[in-house]
Amino acid sequence: MTNHWVDIKNADVVLIMGGNAAEAHPCGFKWVTEAKAHNKARLVVVDPRFTRSAAMADYYAPIRVGTDIAFLGGVINYLFTHDRIQHEYVRNYTNAPFVLTDKYSFDEGIFSGYNEAKRSYDPSSWGYEKDKEGYAVVDPTMENPRCVLQVMKKHYSRYTPEMVSKICGTPKEAFLKVCEHIASTSAPDRVMTIMYALGWTQHSQGSQMIRTGAIVQLLLGNIGLAGGGMNALRGHSNIQGLTDLGLLSNLLPGYLSLPRDAEQDYEKYIESRALKPLRPKQMSYWQNYPKFHVSLMKSWFGNAATKENNWAFDYLPKLDKLYDVLQAFEMMGQGKMNGYICQGFNPLASFPHKAKLIGGLSKLKFLVVMDPLATETSEFWKNFGPYNEVDTASIKTEVIRLPTTCFAEEDGSLTNSGRWLQWHWKGANPPGEARTDAEIMAEIYLRMKAMYARDGGAYPDPILNLTWTYRIPNNPSPEELAMEYNGKALADVMSPPDPKNPKAPPTVLVPAGQQLPSFAFLRDDGSTACGCWIYSGCWPQAGNLMARRDNSDPFGIGQTLNWAWAWPVNRRVLYNRASADPSGKPWNPRHKLIAWSGKAWAGSDIPDMRPDAAPDEHVGPFIMTAEGVARLFTPTGMAEGPLPEHYEPFESPVTANLMSPKNPKAFSNPAARVFKGDMEAFGKPKDFPYAATTYRLTEHFHFWTKHAELNAIIQPEQFVEIGEELAKEKGIANGDMVKVRSNRGEIKAKCVVTKRIKALDCNGTKVHHVGIPLHWGFKGVAKMGYLANTLTPFVGDANTQTPEYKAFIVNIEKA
Amino acid sequence: MDMNRRQFFKACTAGLGGSSLALLGFSPQPVLAETREFKLSRATETRNTCPYCSVGCGILMYGLGDKAKNVAAEIIHIEGDPDHPVNRGTLCPKGAGLLDFVHSENRLKYPEYRGPGEKEWKRISWDEALTKVAKLMKADRDANFIAKTADGKTVNRWLTTGMLAASASSNEAGYITHKVVRPMGMLVFDNQARV
Repeated sequence: MTNHWVDIKNADVVLIMGGNAAEAHPCGFKWVTEAKAHNKARLVVVDPRFTRSAAMADYYAPIRVGTDIAFLGGVINYLFTHDRIQHEYVRNYTNAPFVLTDKYSFDEGIFSGYNEAKRSYDPSSWGYEKDKEGYAVVDPTMENPRCVLQVMKKHYSRYTPEMVSKICGTPKEAFLKVCEHIASTSAPDRVMTIMYALGWTQHSQGSQMIRTGAIVQLLLGNIGLAGGGMNALRGHSNIQGLTDLGLLSNLLPGYLSLPRDAEQDYEKYIESRALKPLRPKQMSYWQNYPKFHVSLMKSWFGNAATKENNWAFDYLPKLDKLYDVLQAFEMMGQGKMNGYICQGFNPLASFPHKAKLIGGLSKLKFLVVMDPLATETSEFWKNFGPYNEVDTASIKTEVIRLPTTCFAEEDGSLTNSGRWLQWHWKGANPPGEARTDAEIMAEIYLRMKAMYARDGGAYPDPILNLTWTYRIPNNPSPEELAMEYNGKALADVMSPPDPKNPKAPPTVLVPAGQQLPSFAFLRDDGSTACGCWIYSGCWPQAGNLMARRDNSDPFGIGQTLNWAWAWPVNRRVLYNRASADPSGKPWNPRHKLIAWSGKAWAGSDIPDMRPDAAPDEHVGPFIMTAEGVARLFTPTGMAEGPLPEHYEPFESPVTANLMSPKNPKAFSNPAARVFKGDMEAFGKPKDFPYAATTYRLTEHFHFWTKHAELNAIIQPEQFVEIGEELAKEKGIANGDMVKVRSNRGEIKAKCVVTKRIKALDCNGTKVHHVGIPLHWGFKGVAKMGYLANTLTPFVGDANTQTPEYKAFIVNIEKA
Repeated sequence: MDMNRRQFFKACTAGLGGSSLALLGFSPQPVLAETREFKLSRATETRNTCPYCSVGCGILMYGLGDKAKNVAAEIIHIEGDPDHPVNRGTLCPKGAGLLDFVHSENRLKYPEYRGPGEKEWKRISWDEALTKVAKLMKADRDANFIAKTADGKTVNRWLTTGMLAASASSNEAGYITHKVVRPMGMLVFDNQARV
């Protein structure tokens, strides 16, 4: 979230789209009702199903699964054609005035630079026009036909209300009503928040759906303000933390990234990440990349990381491609993997195309499962009748299952969706012999280290030289680990030269051995160590700020700055410089975040700006971009193009993409990776005529709560949902057993016939949806059921490889 | 009338209805004040965070035992933390069932092993389990580690063993997991963020 849960109460309009907070995040959703009750907010919900969030809405509009870019593209067009944009914000805080080169083009769903054979783009034609000094050219009048604003106006002019209605199945009047609610926040002192979740991420074009939402918010001037922002409601309690800590194929802690094969030279690796400003006077904060990176390497490798060995650059593996989970199971299936370790993760339930997953796991030599619960993955080799029809004897995979503690049995911090790091305390011992994850990882590491020290082996250096100064080496304490990722001074950290008094001797800012107050004190000369730069400040010399429990709210807008600790530097609303106009006055004085006092930025939040950067210095509010402003148009970084464009899901109930009907290459995301064999496993609407989507119920949390008796009691049996019209057509009555088939498998479940799912008219095709709640499986205390991912397609978003669970096609019949 | 709680109930069961006794004006002060002892009054309160979704609701866990040495604590009740600025004491149907997660009959208690083609688990010791895992990992790493590509580029990667990390584990567990795994050269490494 750019903002945080309590801040939702400051919104004037709440748009819930691609999520269902009332059921999936109920205790966070209360801040929506608070906004309605006390800030006269209007709640607008756009969803294929009339969810409980929709039941609370002031206005609800239905939409066909997977068509959100078409809908929001239509909103962008509405804002332009009705001149409902926040002009001053757009001109000063976004790249709308930036001028593109004449190499950029877009035709029939495909941008310039496409390579059909590789299914990928060369983004070089998407860059800005540059001046003699290398800065991007801007046109403050925004009239240049090649400036971002004009290019966008043209691009989205195709997304007319009629087109939106044909693609999305949303009645035109309903779409326009939603537009009117959204557009009301183009007034500088009115703010909308967007709340989304996996209903946007789990698509083959999910990243671009989210970007379309962000573009709408920027055009309305809603980013950086209290009650505004793009608010990803993340799924798991610490999914934000694990992302921040970089536990992903291509990342290092704090959104630093691993080198690629081509980056053999350390200086070039750093140079391409330490982005120089693209406009004069901009902060371009990633210029500090070497400080973050060197401090990480000092934290991990201590004295073995030296200037001479480029801070142990070769200790890091280099990437030839992304090894995400879909790639991992593809490799398993091809017999290219031998071992897999699942730490508190149940991929057999959580990833698509169960048959393919079972095939992959069966080819492993060994599988290690660390979990508090007996998961499906750990028993994939057992036959559970129709729920897991496998031949146990033929599965040669060795499985080692290690019991771990759960939340109640350990100390530590979790990072919530609002970026708050909250410390928690152990209340009891775990059952039996269960151990913490940290202890298990330490034990495995120490055993391997001993073997490498004794017997040698492949490249032992990084393993032997890993810093390991924990007081109890086989069981590092959470306190020691938290202090390590906060960072400390290895030598005295000295003040930089003072430009006003260059001859003054430097002073000691942080003495050697002390905890660092924040990442502002990191150095790239090896004098600081820090395991995760964005978390620096959570445990300064004063102690553990994550454990703070002062819930006072002196400004009355829910900032609670002394409750726990938020990254970065305890800032609660990201980009909050944009909450004030260029002269430093808050756009919305009722919910002021920061303002320019004449000498400094201050207010109810930690300023997201150099504190003494006077407004007339024109330092842009988006300090992490090289432009200093937000990107409506992205010259780099997105796989399928610089502007979001509607593509159909890989399995769609319709046969043409109406945005580019003449170009079959642009039917689905042209840059999405599809493995050999999986394209063939996509179904066709003639065999599988109904759109399908998976989701959670409010009583359940993924596949865990079926192990908890109370939750198993209140939602005991697997079911699917269909609308009354489809039920009538298929002769299915409420409570009948049905079979739901996709091209990859079949499940059986009770059928709930509901008024909450209605047929949609998509350009003359009547589209019915089948709703498939997940949760059930073959392990737990609930009644056994089928894993919903028996049905789902094995394809992911072109950028993140998040699987397309939210839009596929099935057939349904009475069992 | 001066009687304690036990005597009062004795009097009631001896034939006089409690309510009528009270109506007659015999209501003893301590009886009205002490109806039923609150179960949590002697429990130890521990503050924690709900492990399910990312709202990060504050919870209060109540455990038997005072944390003295040789006293085994047991969580007997979990509720929302009223001091928490986001949930203000509330919990959803997921969080309200947390106690049954802690005490689920499916909690794993011991390390177990399933050999190739075998039909059942076999309980093993921690030492045996961890040594087995470390040996399997080292053997696979030594056999398949790629130090250089065919065209001579240093890549130092290990692709034949992968790992999925837990996004309900703490930041500290996540940090040390990354610190252990990446220097081995592992790239097939992800967490729930991609789901």
